Amino acid sequence: MTVTVRLFARVRETAGTEVVRLDLSGGSVAEVREKLGARYPPLVSLIARSALAVNGEYAPDDRAVSETDEVALIPPVSGG
Amino acid sequence: MIRLTRDPIDHTALVDNVRQPGCGAVVSFLGTVRDLTGNEVTVALEYEAYPPMAERKMADIVDDVRTRFPVGKVALVHRLGRLEVGEISVAVAVSAPHRGDAFAACRHAIDRLKEVVPIWKKDLGEGRAEWVHPGGPPVSIPSDEP
Repeated sequence: MTVTVRLFARVRETAGTEVVRLDLSGGSVAEVREKLGARYPPLVSLIARSALAVNGEYAPDDRAVSETDEVALIPPVSGG
Repeated sequence: MIRLTRDPIDHTALVDNVRQPGCGAVVSFLGTVRDLTGNEVTVALEYEAYPPMAERKMADIVDDVRTRFPVGKVALVHRLGRLEVGEISVAVAVSAPHRGDAFAACRHAIDRLKEVVPIWKKDLGEGRAEWVHPGGPPVSIPSDEP
């Protein structure tokens, strides 16, 4: 199963892309985080303290994701 | 009223927008671009958002404010793109029958915005540019509780 993950801020800039496609075996938020870390080793610690959003809502690690979900990595926010 | 905008924020219009006859108090908060953080000089800030989710979380904050405080109207606006020192990055305006609730509601709204809304700033200094990702424990989900 392949999911598309949107990237923002330092993660987007370091990765050099706004979206990344990941092949998942199970399909959970935790696996998305793990695969993203494997894809971008310099970002592992930032990814570890980032949230994941599924369809525009913060999602816990055990949330299942499917190919039709919009998944986004939300690094610590700094608006305001 | 919720808005993300690339244009300068008209805070006077925002304050007028929340005034209403049943409210004897209006409190507004403006976040502006500061020139110094510690010893680091900031020339400008570049703001980026995840727009649909940011707007949804801003709407959630307004709903949350309404459940906690007796308020009239609540307005939340955040600017995106490059902002120079002194420009307004965020504005909150709240009206309420009484000032205590207006102050508390405004404070709660800006505090929550800074915790949960997916917006990021890049600090552009003299010869440096870095995204601001506040540190802390590896928590994955910002709580919905204060």
